[in-house]
Amino acid sequence: MKRDLRIKAAAVALAVAGTFGVALEALAQSNEIFVPVLVYRTGPYAPNGVPWADGFVDYLKLVNARDGGVNGVKIAYEECETGYATDRGVECYERLKSKHPVAFSPLSTGITYALTDKVYGDHIVLITAGYGRADSVDGAVFKWNFPMLGTYWDGADILVQHVKKKGSLKGKKIALVYHDSPYGKEPIPVLEELAKKEGFELVKLPVTAPGVEQKATWLQIRQQRPDYVFVWGWGVMNSTALKEAIAVSYPRGQIYGVWWSAAEPDVVPAEMAAKGYNGLALGHSAEKTNPIHKDMVKYLYDKGQGTAKSKDEIGSVLYNRGMLSAILTVESIRSAQKKYGNRVVTGDEVQWGAEHLTIDATRIKALGVDGMMQPVKTSCADHGGVHMARIHTWDGGEWSYTSDWYKSESNVLNPMIKASAEKYAAEKKITPADCGKAS
Amino acid sequence: MIYRETGQFKTTYASDQQLFPILQDRVFVIGLLAFAFVAVPFLATDYLFRAILTPFLILSLAALGLNILVGYCGQVSLGTGGFMAVGAYAAYNFAVRVPQLDLLVVFILAGLCAALVGVVFGVPSLRIKGFYLAVATLAAQFFIDWAFARIAWFTNDTPSGSVSAPPLEFFGYLVHGPQEKYLLVLAIVSVAALVARNLTRGAIGRSWMATRDMDVAAEVIGIRPLTAKLTAFAVSSFFVGMAGALWAFVYLGSWEPLAFDVNRSFQLLFMVIIGGLGSILGSFLGAAFIVILPLVLNQLPTALGIPLSTAMISHIEFMVFGALIVFFLIVEPRGLARLWAIGKEKLRLWPFPH
Amino acid sequence: MEALRRPVTLAFFALLAAGAVSPMLIGSARFPQWLEVALGGLLTGVLYSLVALGLVLIFKASGVFNFAQGAMVLFAALTLVRLAEKMPLVLAIALTLAIMVAMAWIIERVVLRPLVNQEGIVLFMATLGVAYFLDGFGQSVWGSDIYTLHVGMPKEPKIILESVFDGGVLLDMEDVVAAVIAAVLVAALTLFFQKTGTGRALRAVADDHQAAQSVGIPLNRIWVIVWSVAGLVALVAGIVWGSKLGVQFSLSQVALKALPVVILGGFTSIPGAIVGGLIIGLGEKLSEVYLGPAFGGGIENWFAYVLALVFLLFRPEGLFGEETIDRV
Repeated sequence: MKRDLRIKAAAVALAVAGTFGVALEALAQSNEIFVPVLVYRTGPYAPNGVPWADGFVDYLKLVNARDGGVNGVKIAYEECETGYATDRGVECYERLKSKHPVAFSPLSTGITYALTDKVYGDHIVLITAGYGRADSVDGAVFKWNFPMLGTYWDGADILVQHVKKKGSLKGKKIALVYHDSPYGKEPIPVLEELAKKEGFELVKLPVTAPGVEQKATWLQIRQQRPDYVFVWGWGVMNSTALKEAIAVSYPRGQIYGVWWSAAEPDVVPAEMAAKGYNGLALGHSAEKTNPIHKDMVKYLYDKGQGTAKSKDEIGSVLYNRGMLSAILTVESIRSAQKKYGNRVVTGDEVQWGAEHLTIDATRIKALGVDGMMQPVKTSCADHGGVHMARIHTWDGGEWSYTSDWYKSESNVLNPMIKASAEKYAAEKKITPADCGKAS
Repeated sequence: MIYRETGQFKTTYASDQQLFPILQDRVFVIGLLAFAFVAVPFLATDYLFRAILTPFLILSLAALGLNILVGYCGQVSLGTGGFMAVGAYAAYNFAVRVPQLDLLVVFILAGLCAALVGVVFGVPSLRIKGFYLAVATLAAQFFIDWAFARIAWFTNDTPSGSVSAPPLEFFGYLVHGPQEKYLLVLAIVSVAALVARNLTRGAIGRSWMATRDMDVAAEVIGIRPLTAKLTAFAVSSFFVGMAGALWAFVYLGSWEPLAFDVNRSFQLLFMVIIGGLGSILGSFLGAAFIVILPLVLNQLPTALGIPLSTAMISHIEFMVFGALIVFFLIVEPRGLARLWAIGKEKLRLWPFPH
Repeated sequence: MEALRRPVTLAFFALLAAGAVSPMLIGSARFPQWLEVALGGLLTGVLYSLVALGLVLIFKASGVFNFAQGAMVLFAALTLVRLAEKMPLVLAIALTLAIMVAMAWIIERVVLRPLVNQEGIVLFMATLGVAYFLDGFGQSVWGSDIYTLHVGMPKEPKIILESVFDGGVLLDMEDVVAAVIAAVLVAALTLFFQKTGTGRALRAVADDHQAAQSVGIPLNRIWVIVWSVAGLVALVAGIVWGSKLGVQFSLSQVALKALPVVILGGFTSIPGAIVGGLIIGLGEKLSEVYLGPAFGGGIENWFAYVLALVFLLFRPEGLFGEETIDRV
């Protein structure tokens, strides 16, 4: 009995001690810029989250190792595991806030929605490259959100443009297989708008998270025989979708995935059978031989400092995307430093930097990512900076581009963005900034 | 020696039936409340408020509700996350559609909505018992998850399905900042705990416990199982719904249906089991344990200087979590509350041997 | 009420059958498409029963509701797929089986024995703890990627009855092979329980622990054997599901689908697990395809549970389960 009680007492004591340990937080070094990285390396979304995280962290390490930091100021970073869950993302945000971060990349539309409200008061930039709120392009309302490189509304519009090229869409049927979450629902308003405009029928097929139950979905597709299927999935939902598509013999060439559903982890499980599957390429695909990749090997992996488990991951689709996200973050910091000086910049200053970000063709080449992105120019009215993408196709072993660059239709999207942003501003009682005023 | 009750005589029935009949208990609880209300707002850091105290209080409210159902009435429920979601969305709809209502009223209405839904999903408990009931409540969980994801009316027709709470205004006073939110939640939870304690001490609580211990015998002596079980579901869901509304409005600010999925239900069940079934204090202890544990596990490797990847830390969290649950169940199946009670027992004599 | 049980159950099944064919009678579904969905549902149901089988086995013999069955499926699949990268498949299967037996022994020793006389809820929570532990342990040892399991399952579907129906009826060959494997497993288990001495001992323990002990059956050893057999079933389920979906974390969520199966079939019945699985699978897919669009889709998740729940209201102990008699 006594031994039992001692064990119990020890457990409680440990718990109490641990509590006090938690209450103490270490502060980041004051001469480093802190960039937190919200990642998920576990759970059903890990297969896609891991390469993105590796790419992001590798680029930060590269800037420190190769360039000695951003204009001499080193970057401190810390990963925080969210498991794609909103409440864990919020907890990570709150915990890392005390270290004076300048920019967050939540890698989850759900977490972005939750953090959008908080960053107004905390003055921290949210760089949501290729995801996040589509209406946050409107910088007058969403001062701190930057959906750079492209939003889901851009992606939906571009997909429709691409399939329209194959023949008029009037009378045709397009099915949307989407993840039943804010991420998956994001393109629906645009697709419904375009369905009215182009005359096609939109069939919406939600898949409950995490998305391993899709047999019924694809049996329905087999019955309805849509001309095209758009996949808006994430994590294991993508590979399951392809497998079920194979199981109902739906032609892979008619399936188009958004840029988060068209990467190696999604097609490799199905291997050759996924041949012909198309996806949106957010500017880049699986480039492996750019100068930046060579730098990664030279400065990190040859010295054993690389984050990914093997060098093969370098240059994969999601690795590149994580890398580009980090590049945008660092360039925003650089842009801020140009105005405010080569020192540790604050959140407000990085907000200015991100809003006045210009990455032209020369800079793209200097960064070593030529051919992986289009020039970016942000402004108060356009926090996205660029709204272009193209299509790439899987041939069983590799991705290759199968289309030219598309630009999303601003006539269709801008009114929708404005309306949505105004609704948000009214709900939250935010006074939109005046973009006409120079700053 | 500290906890001796000699010399404390009661001369009226009322004083004998009071909530904390022993002086030391009264002193301790009042001291704790005073500390929580007065001292903590000045002592704690922003991070402590936002990331530890506020979620701890809200989750202990939910655990309180679940404890009433599982601990006091013996009905196993795995649908708590769904009831939290009902509370959260009900509060959202009331706040957005009827903006004249004060937020406190909104929260109470949200609790009532959750209570209604709880009663509806509690009806099967009249026929089904034990694990079967647990799995039946999972039906509630998944159905509610689906309903909030699919039915646009609940989310005010937002295309993304993600809703955000309006600013917190109570009787004209705008609550902002972590301290004020903490005080708000503390006030609500204290009142709720008092109400729960008194309910469980009263006739209704005794009918719950009778149903839990031996439902056939309870029916024989005249306790109607319908009333007992459905009131348990109603009261439990009220607390859980209010906790859901608080979680969404005060802690998250912006949420989607996945925030209240089946993992949340399991988390709450863990809190209740580890804290102690059938004990109000147990709900708080269990909630504290579950809220603090992941944070400790996250910080421990860095504190000890062992570099681990976030993935490994996450996996170790899972492993330690599972191991600790098994450990607690083996070592003290009646939970942390029982340890507390044993501690108090020992304090009667300590430091004397007899 | 009790005298009405039989007719009520029959009425339930009649209703179920009517509901199943209603898409063709009331709706505009054509028979070949309905048949596709029905066959797909039945086959998926068999896969659910594979997982449910493990649950039933353990509950039958030790009275524990093993929530960790899903985690065991994942762990077995992960171990197999990672070992198969380094050695021939047959060897990997054998080694994984050995690991599952070792795991069964550890669980019995560390978790079950100290909790021998506790209530059901406590044991249930303990298996929940084991599930979390296994999830974390499996992933920390083997990684969280999606791993492809190559066991030679056919991937392309087969179109049958093309001459009879226009367009034919699609049959997912991988599911058919899985169903055959499940059938073989059930047959083997039935033989094991009926014909061998250990099997009879297991049935004795399931009947009455104390009586079994009094005739000299070693309870602890029986429990290790039961958990090992459940581990074998988990391995087979892991192979089948892993080959279908890829071996990844969500595999353990499949166990949640097995719960309505066990409810319908009864916690203590092996044929119940099969029949329950068939009903749940059929109901799920038919409802999603024909009822789903009216609700906006995504209903199969809760439909299975609601179906089981409705059934429970009429038969609280499930189709083939033992009737519990309440004593005061």
